[in-house]
Amino acid sequence: MGLAKRIIPCLDVDAGRVVKGVRFVDIRDAGDPVEVARRYDREGADEITFLDITASSDQRDTIVHVVEAVASEVFIPLTVGGGIRATEDVLRMLNAGADKVAINTAAVFNPEFVREATDRFGSQCIVVAIDAKRVSGKDEPPRWEIFTHGGRKPTGIDAIAWARRMAEYGAGEILLTSMDRDGTKIGFDLELTRAVSRAVEIPVIASGGVGKLQHLVDGVKQGEADAVLAASIFHFAEYSIGEAKRYLRKQGVEVRL
Amino acid sequence: MRTIAVVDYSMGNLRSVSKAIEHVADAVRVVVTDDADTIANAERVVFPGQGAARDCMAAIERHGLREVVLDAARNKPFLGICMGLQVLLRHSEENGGTPLLGLFPGEVRRFPSGMQANGQRLKIPHMGWSRVERRGEHPLWRDIADGERFYFVHSYHVDPEDPALSAATTDYGIRFTSAIARDNLFAVQFHPEKSADAGLTLLRNFVQWNP
Repeated sequence: MGLAKRIIPCLDVDAGRVVKGVRFVDIRDAGDPVEVARRYDREGADEITFLDITASSDQRDTIVHVVEAVASEVFIPLTVGGGIRATEDVLRMLNAGADKVAINTAAVFNPEFVREATDRFGSQCIVVAIDAKRVSGKDEPPRWEIFTHGGRKPTGIDAIAWARRMAEYGAGEILLTSMDRDGTKIGFDLELTRAVSRAVEIPVIASGGVGKLQHLVDGVKQGEADAVLAASIFHFAEYSIGEAKRYLRKQGVEVRL
Repeated sequence: MRTIAVVDYSMGNLRSVSKAIEHVADAVRVVVTDDADTIANAERVVFPGQGAARDCMAAIERHGLREVVLDAARNKPFLGICMGLQVLLRHSEENGGTPLLGLFPGEVRRFPSGMQANGQRLKIPHMGWSRVERRGEHPLWRDIADGERFYFVHSYHVDPEDPALSAATTDYGIRFTSAIARDNLFAVQFHPEKSADAGLTLLRNFVQWNP
Protein backbone atom coordinates (compact mmCIF):
# COMPACT_ATOMS: atom_id res chain seq x y z
CA MET A 1 0.00 0.00 0.00
CA GLY A 2 2.99 2.23 0.49
CA LEU A 3 2.13 4.50 3.40
CA ALA A 4 4.66 4.22 6.21
CA LYS A 5 3.47 4.04 9.79
CA ARG A 6 4.75 7.18 11.48
CA ILE A 7 7.01 7.24 14.54
CA ILE A 8 6.59 10.46 16.48
CA PRO A 9 8.77 11.44 19.44
CA CYS A 10 7.06 13.82 21.85
CA LEU A 11 8.78 16.53 23.88
CA ASP A 12 7.30 18.16 26.95
CA VAL A 13 8.35 21.79 27.00
CA ASP A 14 8.09 24.02 30.08
CA ALA A 15 8.99 27.69 29.68
CA GLY A 16 11.06 26.91 26.60
CA ARG A 17 12.98 23.98 28.06
CA VAL A 18 12.59 20.26 27.54
CA VAL A 19 11.49 18.63 30.78
CA LYS A 20 11.01 15.05 31.95
CA GLY A 21 14.68 14.67 31.17
CA VAL A 22 16.37 13.77 27.95
CA ARG A 23 19.62 11.83 28.20
CA PHE A 24 21.64 11.94 25.05
CA VAL A 25 25.36 11.90 25.31
CA ASP A 26 25.92 13.53 21.95
CA ILE A 27 24.10 16.79 22.46
CA ARG A 28 25.46 19.65 24.49
CA ASP A 29 22.23 20.85 26.04
CA ALA A 30 19.56 18.20 26.51
CA GLY A 31 17.16 20.86 27.76
CA ASP A 32 17.26 22.73 24.48
CA PRO A 33 14.29 21.76 22.32
CA VAL A 34 16.14 22.75 19.15
CA GLU A 35 19.04 20.40 19.85
CA VAL A 36 16.74 17.55 20.77
CA ALA A 37 14.56 18.10 17.70
CA ARG A 38 17.61 18.18 15.47
CA ARG A 39 18.75 14.89 16.93
CA TYR A 40 15.38 13.22 16.33
CA ASP A 41 15.31 14.55 12.80
CA ARG A 42 18.75 13.05 12.15
CA GLU A 43 17.59 9.72 13.54
CA GLY A 44 14.69 9.66 11.10
CA ALA A 45 11.67 10.79 13.13
CA ASP A 46 8.63 11.15 10.85
CA GLU A 47 7.25 14.11 12.80
CA ILE A 48 7.93 15.79 16.14
CA THR A 49 5.30 16.81 18.67
CA PHE A 50 5.85 19.50 21.29
CA LEU A 51 3.61 19.55 24.29
CA ASP A 52 3.73 22.93 26.01
CA ILE A 53 3.15 22.46 29.72
CA THR A 54 4.11 25.98 30.74
CA ALA A 55 1.89 26.97 33.63
CA SER A 56 2.82 30.61 34.22
CA SER A 57 1.10 32.89 31.75
CA ASP A 58 3.99 35.34 31.41
CA GLN A 59 6.16 32.60 29.94
CA ARG A 60 3.65 31.23 27.47
CA ASP A 61 5.25 32.97 24.52
CA THR A 62 8.40 30.93 24.94
CA ILE A 63 6.88 28.02 23.00
CA VAL A 64 6.44 30.34 20.01
CA HIS A 65 10.17 31.02 19.99
CA VAL A 66 10.89 27.32 20.35
CA VAL A 67 8.75 26.51 17.33
CA GLU A 68 10.32 29.31 15.29
CA ALA A 69 13.81 28.11 16.08
CA VAL A 70 13.05 24.45 15.37
CA ALA A 71 11.12 25.18 12.16
CA SER A 72 14.07 27.12 10.78
CA GLU A 73 16.25 24.05 10.68
CA VAL A 74 14.18 20.91 11.03
CA PHE A 75 12.21 20.11 7.90
CA ILE A 76 9.70 17.49 8.98
CA PRO A 77 6.16 18.10 10.27
CA LEU A 78 5.92 19.78 13.67
CA THR A 79 2.88 19.58 15.94
CA VAL A 80 2.33 21.80 18.97
CA GLY A 81 -0.15 21.07 21.74
CA GLY A 82 -0.92 22.57 25.12
CA GLY A 83 -2.73 25.81 25.79
CA ILE A 84 -4.42 26.10 22.39
CA ARG A 85 -7.68 27.80 23.36
CA ALA A 86 -8.62 30.17 20.56
CA THR A 87 -8.09 30.63 16.84
CA GLU A 88 -5.47 33.29 17.66
CA ASP A 89 -3.42 30.62 19.43
CA VAL A 90 -3.65 28.40 16.35
CA LEU A 91 -2.62 31.26 14.09
CA ARG A 92 0.33 32.14 16.31
CA MET A 93 1.64 28.57 16.22
CA LEU A 94 1.18 28.17 12.48
CA ASN A 95 2.91 31.49 11.84
CA ALA A 96 5.77 30.39 14.05
CA GLY A 97 6.23 27.36 11.78
CA ALA A 98 4.07 24.63 13.30
CA ASP A 99 2.35 22.41 10.75
CA LYS A 100 -0.37 21.20 13.08
CA VAL A 101 -1.76 22.18 16.44
CA ALA A 102 -3.32 19.78 18.91
CA ILE A 103 -6.48 20.98 20.64
CA ASN A 104 -7.44 19.15 23.80
CA THR A 105 -9.34 20.68 26.72
CA ALA A 106 -10.61 23.64 24.71
CA ALA A 107 -12.37 21.25 22.33
CA VAL A 108 -14.24 19.65 25.21
CA PHE A 109 -15.41 22.96 26.62
CA ASN A 110 -16.17 24.48 23.24
CA PRO A 111 -16.50 21.91 20.44
CA GLU A 112 -17.37 24.67 17.96
CA PHE A 113 -13.79 25.87 18.33
CA VAL A 114 -12.67 22.80 16.39
CA ARG A 115 -15.10 23.59 13.60
CA GLU A 116 -13.97 27.22 13.49
CA ALA A 117 -10.32 26.26 13.45
CA THR A 118 -10.71 23.68 10.67
CA ASP A 119 -12.85 26.08 8.62
CA ARG A 120 -10.27 28.78 8.89
CA PHE A 121 -7.01 26.87 8.70
CA GLY A 122 -7.95 23.57 7.06
CA SER A 123 -8.38 20.10 8.51
CA GLN A 124 -4.79 19.17 7.74
CA CYS A 125 -3.45 21.30 10.58
CA ILE A 126 -5.98 20.56 13.31
CA VAL A 127 -5.31 17.57 15.55
CA VAL A 128 -7.77 16.80 18.32
CA ALA A 129 -6.06 15.34 21.37
CA ILE A 130 -8.20 12.93 23.36
CA ASP A 131 -7.29 11.78 26.87
CA ALA A 132 -9.37 8.69 27.52
CA LYS A 133 -9.78 6.52 30.58
CA ARG A 134 -11.49 3.16 30.84
CA VAL A 135 -14.62 3.50 32.98
CA SER A 136 -16.27 0.11 32.44
CA GLY A 137 -16.16 -2.59 35.10
CA LYS A 138 -14.30 -5.83 34.66
CA ASP A 139 -17.12 -7.87 33.15
CA GLU A 140 -18.78 -5.05 31.24
CA PRO A 141 -18.27 -4.24 27.59
CA PRO A 142 -15.38 -1.78 27.36
CA ARG A 143 -16.17 1.90 27.61
CA TRP A 144 -13.88 4.91 27.81
CA GLU A 145 -14.52 8.48 28.83
CA ILE A 146 -12.81 11.76 28.06
CA PHE A 147 -10.84 13.32 30.88
CA THR A 148 -9.40 16.83 30.93
CA HIS A 149 -6.70 18.61 32.93
CA GLY A 150 -4.13 15.93 32.43
CA GLY A 151 -6.56 13.13 33.19
CA ARG A 152 -7.81 14.52 36.49
CA LYS A 153 -11.27 15.74 35.52
CA PRO A 154 -13.93 13.40 34.17
CA THR A 155 -16.38 14.81 31.64
CA GLY A 156 -18.84 11.98 31.23
CA ILE A 157 -18.27 12.07 27.46
CA ASP A 158 -17.85 8.73 25.68
CA ALA A 159 -14.46 8.63 23.96
CA ILE A 160 -15.59 6.82 20.79
CA ALA A 161 -18.56 9.10 20.25
CA TRP A 162 -16.32 12.09 20.88
CA ALA A 163 -13.75 10.95 18.32
CA ARG A 164 -16.54 10.57 15.74
CA ARG A 165 -17.88 14.00 16.53
CA MET A 166 -14.47 15.65 16.26
CA ALA A 167 -13.92 13.98 12.88
CA GLU A 168 -17.29 15.33 11.75
CA TYR A 169 -16.23 18.78 12.90
CA GLY A 170 -13.31 18.58 10.52
CA ALA A 171 -10.39 17.41 12.66
CA GLY A 172 -7.63 16.08 10.42
CA GLU A 173 -6.23 13.62 12.91
CA ILE A 174 -6.72 12.27 16.42
CA LEU A 175 -3.99 12.03 19.04
CA LEU A 176 -5.32 9.39 21.40
CA THR A 177 -3.78 9.01 24.85
CA SER A 178 -4.80 6.31 27.29
CA MET A 179 -4.67 7.90 30.73
CA ASP A 180 -4.61 4.41 32.23
CA ARG A 181 -1.41 3.59 30.37
CA ASP A 182 0.36 6.95 30.26
CA GLY A 183 3.69 6.59 32.08
CA THR A 184 3.20 2.88 32.86
CA LYS A 185 5.48 1.46 30.14
CA ILE A 186 3.19 -1.58 29.80
CA GLY A 187 2.01 -0.76 26.29
CA PHE A 188 -0.87 1.06 24.60
CA ASP A 189 -4.50 0.36 25.47
CA LEU A 190 -4.92 -1.59 22.23
CA GLU A 191 -8.64 -2.11 22.58
CA LEU A 192 -9.18 1.63 22.92
CA THR A 193 -6.85 2.41 20.02
CA ARG A 194 -8.55 -0.07 17.71
CA ALA A 195 -12.03 1.07 18.67
CA VAL A 196 -11.23 4.71 17.89
CA SER A 197 -9.28 3.90 14.74
CA ARG A 198 -12.22 1.89 13.38
CA ALA A 199 -14.73 4.56 14.39
CA VAL A 200 -13.23 7.37 12.29
CA GLU A 201 -11.94 7.80 8.77
CA ILE A 202 -9.13 10.16 9.83
CA PRO A 203 -5.70 8.97 11.03
CA VAL A 204 -5.21 8.06 14.70
CA ILE A 205 -1.97 8.48 16.64
CA ALA A 206 -1.65 6.07 19.56
CA SER A 207 -0.07 7.43 22.73
CA GLY A 208 0.48 6.42 26.33
CA GLY A 209 2.30 3.42 27.72
CA VAL A 210 5.20 2.63 25.41
CA GLY A 211 7.98 0.86 27.30
CA LYS A 212 9.53 -1.34 24.63
CA LEU A 213 9.66 -1.61 20.87
CA GLN A 214 7.16 -4.45 20.66
CA HIS A 215 4.56 -2.02 22.02
CA LEU A 216 4.98 0.10 18.90
CA VAL A 217 4.39 -2.95 16.73
CA ASP A 218 1.30 -3.88 18.75
CA GLY A 219 -0.02 -0.33 18.43
CA VAL A 220 -0.06 -0.44 14.64
CA LYS A 221 -0.87 -4.12 14.14
CA GLN A 222 -3.41 -4.80 16.88
CA GLY A 223 -4.35 -1.21 17.70
CA GLU A 224 -4.62 -0.34 13.98
CA ALA A 225 -3.03 3.03 14.70
CA ASP A 226 -1.70 5.09 11.80
CA ALA A 227 1.10 6.53 13.89
CA VAL A 228 2.67 5.92 17.28
CA LEU A 229 3.87 8.54 19.70
CA ALA A 230 6.36 7.96 22.49
CA ALA A 231 8.46 10.06 24.81
CA SER A 232 10.60 8.36 27.39
CA ILE A 233 11.91 5.39 25.40
CA PHE A 234 13.47 7.84 22.96
CA HIS A 235 14.51 10.54 25.43
CA PHE A 236 16.53 8.23 27.58
CA ALA A 237 18.22 6.83 24.52
CA GLU A 238 16.96 3.38 25.43
CA TYR A 239 16.25 3.10 21.73
CA SER A 240 16.97 5.42 18.87
CA ILE A 241 14.27 6.19 16.33
CA GLY A 242 16.31 4.23 13.81
CA GLU A 243 16.38 1.14 16.03
CA ALA A 244 12.65 1.42 16.56
CA LYS A 245 12.04 1.58 12.83
CA ARG A 246 14.30 -1.34 12.05
CA TYR A 247 12.48 -3.39 14.67
CA LEU A 248 9.10 -2.46 13.20
CA ARG A 249 10.25 -3.35 9.72
CA LYS A 250 11.45 -6.74 10.93
CA GLN A 251 7.98 -7.34 12.32
CA GLY A 252 6.48 -6.58 8.94
CA VAL A 253 5.44 -2.97 9.58
CA GLU A 254 6.06 -0.54 6.75
CA VAL A 255 8.26 2.35 7.92
CA ARG A 256 10.36 5.09 6.36
CA LEU A 257 14.01 4.08 6.71
CA MET B 1 20.44 39.17 -6.34
CA ARG B 2 18.29 36.43 -7.83
CA THR B 3 14.79 36.41 -6.37
CA ILE B 4 12.46 33.52 -5.71
CA ALA B 5 8.89 34.58 -5.03
CA VAL B 6 6.81 32.37 -2.75
CA VAL B 7 3.24 33.30 -3.61
CA ASP B 8 1.30 34.25 -0.48
CA TYR B 9 -2.46 34.30 -0.94
CA SER B 10 -3.16 33.67 2.75
CA MET B 11 -3.73 29.94 2.24
CA GLY B 12 -1.53 28.23 4.73
CA ASN B 13 1.75 28.65 6.42
CA LEU B 14 4.47 29.65 4.00
CA ARG B 15 7.17 30.10 6.56
CA SER B 16 8.37 26.53 6.26
CA VAL B 17 8.49 26.76 2.49
CA SER B 18 10.58 29.92 2.52
CA LYS B 19 12.83 28.65 5.35
CA ALA B 20 13.47 25.40 3.52
CA ILE B 21 14.42 27.21 0.31
CA GLU B 22 16.68 29.59 2.22
CA HIS B 23 18.25 26.54 3.83
CA VAL B 24 19.32 25.08 0.47
CA ALA B 25 19.91 28.18 -1.65
CA ASP B 26 22.95 30.43 -1.61
CA ALA B 27 22.86 33.99 -2.84
CA VAL B 28 19.14 33.90 -3.46
CA ARG B 29 16.56 36.25 -2.03
CA VAL B 30 13.37 34.46 -1.01
CA VAL B 31 10.35 36.74 -0.74
CA VAL B 32 6.95 35.67 0.52
CA THR B 33 4.62 37.97 -1.35
CA ASP B 34 1.13 38.63 -2.71
CA ASP B 35 2.36 41.52 -4.85
CA ALA B 36 1.82 40.88 -8.56
CA ASP B 37 4.80 43.02 -9.64
CA THR B 38 7.17 41.24 -7.27
CA ILE B 39 5.99 37.88 -8.60
CA ALA B 40 6.26 39.09 -12.20
CA ASN B 41 9.83 40.28 -11.61
CA ALA B 42 11.04 37.21 -9.73
CA GLU B 43 13.44 34.84 -11.46
CA ARG B 44 11.43 31.83 -10.29
CA VAL B 45 8.15 31.23 -8.51
CA VAL B 46 7.02 28.80 -5.84
CA PHE B 47 3.27 28.39 -5.57
CA PRO B 48 2.22 26.59 -2.36
CA GLY B 49 -1.20 26.33 -0.78
CA GLN B 50 -3.28 24.41 1.72
CA GLY B 51 -6.93 24.24 2.54
CA ALA B 52 -10.05 23.90 0.46
CA ALA B 53 -10.20 24.45 -3.31
CA ARG B 54 -12.97 27.05 -3.17
CA ASP B 55 -11.13 29.13 -0.56
CA CYS B 56 -7.90 28.91 -2.55
CA MET B 57 -9.53 30.07 -5.76
CA ALA B 58 -11.33 32.90 -3.94
CA ALA B 59 -8.04 33.99 -2.36
CA ILE B 60 -6.25 33.96 -5.72
CA GLU B 61 -8.95 36.21 -7.20
CA ARG B 62 -9.11 38.44 -4.13
CA HIS B 63 -5.37 39.05 -4.30
CA GLY B 64 -5.61 39.59 -8.06
CA LEU B 65 -3.05 36.87 -8.74
CA ARG B 66 -4.66 34.74 -11.47
CA GLU B 67 -2.85 36.28 -14.43
CA VAL B 68 0.55 36.66 -12.83
CA VAL B 69 0.50 33.05 -11.55
CA LEU B 70 -0.55 31.70 -14.95
CA ASP B 71 2.10 33.81 -16.63
CA ALA B 72 4.78 32.46 -14.29
CA ALA B 73 3.55 28.90 -14.82
CA ARG B 74 3.99 29.34 -18.57
CA ASN B 75 7.24 31.27 -18.64
CA LYS B 76 9.63 30.82 -15.73
CA PRO B 77 10.86 28.10 -13.39
CA PHE B 78 7.72 27.33 -11.44
CA LEU B 79 7.15 24.93 -8.55
CA GLY B 80 3.62 24.15 -7.38
CA ILE B 81 3.16 22.46 -4.01
CA CYS B 82 0.03 20.62 -2.79
CA MET B 83 -2.89 22.99 -3.52
CA GLY B 84 -0.45 24.81 -5.80
CA LEU B 85 -0.53 21.68 -7.98
CA GLN B 86 -4.26 21.06 -7.80
CA VAL B 87 -5.41 24.56 -8.82
CA LEU B 88 -3.47 24.27 -12.09
CA LEU B 89 -6.08 21.81 -13.35
CA ARG B 90 -9.47 22.66 -14.78
CA HIS B 91 -11.88 21.56 -12.10
CA SER B 92 -12.11 20.05 -8.61
CA GLU B 93 -14.79 17.88 -7.03
CA GLU B 94 -14.19 19.69 -3.75
CA ASN B 95 -16.83 22.00 -2.24
CA GLY B 96 -19.53 20.62 -4.52
CA GLY B 97 -17.47 21.38 -7.62
CA THR B 98 -14.96 24.21 -8.01
CA PRO B 99 -13.58 25.67 -11.26
CA LEU B 100 -9.79 26.02 -11.06
CA LEU B 101 -7.16 27.95 -13.03
CA GLY B 102 -7.49 25.56 -15.95
CA LEU B 103 -3.91 25.50 -17.18
CA PHE B 104 -4.20 21.73 -17.73
CA PRO B 105 -7.29 19.72 -18.68
CA GLY B 106 -8.23 17.30 -15.94
CA GLU B 107 -10.10 16.83 -12.70
CA VAL B 108 -9.14 16.93 -9.03
CA ARG B 109 -10.84 13.98 -7.31
CA ARG B 110 -11.39 12.87 -3.74
CA PHE B 111 -9.95 9.53 -2.64
CA PRO B 112 -12.75 6.98 -2.59
CA SER B 113 -14.07 6.12 0.87
CA GLY B 114 -13.59 2.63 2.23
CA MET B 115 -10.24 1.88 0.60
CA GLN B 116 -8.41 -0.99 2.31
CA ALA B 117 -4.90 -2.40 2.41
CA ASN B 118 -3.72 -5.44 4.38
CA GLY B 119 -7.11 -5.70 6.06
CA GLN B 120 -6.93 -2.16 7.47
CA ARG B 121 -8.92 0.83 6.36
CA LEU B 122 -6.96 3.48 4.48
CA LYS B 123 -7.55 6.78 6.19
CA ILE B 124 -8.50 10.03 4.54
CA PRO B 125 -6.68 12.42 4.54
CA HIS B 126 -3.75 10.52 3.12
CA MET B 127 -1.27 11.71 5.73
CA GLY B 128 2.32 10.61 6.02
CA TRP B 129 5.28 9.31 4.04
CA SER B 130 4.58 7.54 0.76
CA ARG B 131 6.74 6.43 -2.11
CA VAL B 132 7.02 8.66 -5.15
CA GLU B 133 7.70 6.61 -8.27
CA ARG B 134 8.87 8.67 -11.15
CA ARG B 135 7.98 8.33 -14.78
CA GLY B 136 11.21 9.15 -16.55
CA GLU B 137 14.07 11.44 -15.66
CA HIS B 138 13.80 15.07 -14.72
CA PRO B 139 16.37 17.56 -13.37
CA LEU B 140 14.30 17.96 -10.19
CA TRP B 141 14.79 14.27 -9.35
CA ARG B 142 18.58 14.57 -9.38
CA ASP B 143 20.22 12.83 -6.39
CA ILE B 144 16.85 11.46 -5.24
CA ALA B 145 16.23 7.71 -5.36
CA ASP B 146 13.30 6.50 -7.43
CA GLY B 147 10.64 5.39 -4.96
CA GLU B 148 11.86 7.78 -2.25
CA ARG B 149 9.28 8.68 0.41
CA PHE B 150 7.88 12.18 0.71
CA TYR B 151 5.41 13.67 3.18
CA PHE B 152 1.79 13.98 2.01
CA VAL B 153 -1.33 15.53 3.55
CA HIS B 154 -4.34 15.61 1.24
CA SER B 155 -7.79 14.21 0.60
CA TYR B 156 -7.91 15.10 -3.11
CA HIS B 157 -5.55 14.17 -5.92
CA VAL B 158 -5.06 15.34 -9.50
CA ASP B 159 -6.14 13.32 -12.51
CA PRO B 160 -4.75 15.12 -15.59
CA GLU B 161 -6.13 14.16 -18.99
CA ASP B 162 -2.74 14.16 -20.66
CA PRO B 163 -0.77 11.17 -19.36
CA ALA B 164 2.46 12.75 -20.59
CA LEU B 165 2.06 15.41 -17.90
CA SER B 166 2.69 12.94 -15.10
CA ALA B 167 6.21 13.07 -13.63
CA ALA B 168 5.52 10.62 -10.81
CA THR B 169 2.83 8.45 -9.30
CA THR B 170 2.08 7.25 -5.77
CA ASP B 171 0.05 4.32 -4.53
CA TYR B 172 -2.52 4.96 -1.83
CA GLY B 173 -5.39 2.58 -2.37
CA ILE B 174 -5.34 3.80 -5.93
CA ARG B 175 -2.36 4.92 -8.00
CA PHE B 176 -2.52 8.69 -8.43
CA THR B 177 -0.37 11.35 -10.08
CA SER B 178 1.84 12.82 -7.36
CA ALA B 179 3.94 15.11 -9.57
CA ILE B 180 3.52 16.75 -12.96
CA ALA B 181 6.09 18.35 -15.25
CA ARG B 182 5.91 20.38 -18.42
CA ASP B 183 8.66 22.61 -19.82
CA ASN B 184 9.41 25.18 -17.10
CA LEU B 185 6.79 23.88 -14.70
CA PHE B 186 7.01 21.24 -11.99
CA ALA B 187 4.31 20.65 -9.40
CA VAL B 188 4.00 18.11 -6.60
CA GLN B 189 1.23 16.87 -4.33
CA PHE B 190 3.61 16.19 -1.45
CA HIS B 191 5.39 18.74 0.75
CA PRO B 192 9.10 18.94 -0.10
CA GLU B 193 9.53 21.52 2.67
CA LYS B 194 8.45 18.84 5.18
CA SER B 195 10.13 15.84 3.57
CA ALA B 196 13.51 15.92 5.33
CA ASP B 197 16.59 15.39 3.12
CA ALA B 198 14.74 14.20 0.02
CA GLY B 199 12.54 17.28 0.08
CA LEU B 200 15.46 19.64 0.58
CA THR B 201 17.26 18.00 -2.34
CA LEU B 202 14.24 18.57 -4.59
CA LEU B 203 14.09 22.23 -3.53
CA ARG B 204 17.81 22.63 -4.19
CA ASN B 205 17.33 21.10 -7.62
CA PHE B 206 14.53 23.57 -8.30
CA VAL B 207 16.68 26.55 -7.29
CA GLN B 208 19.40 25.36 -9.70
CA TRP B 209 17.07 24.34 -12.51
CA ASN B 210 17.41 26.11 -15.85
CA PRO B 211 14.67 24.78 -18.09
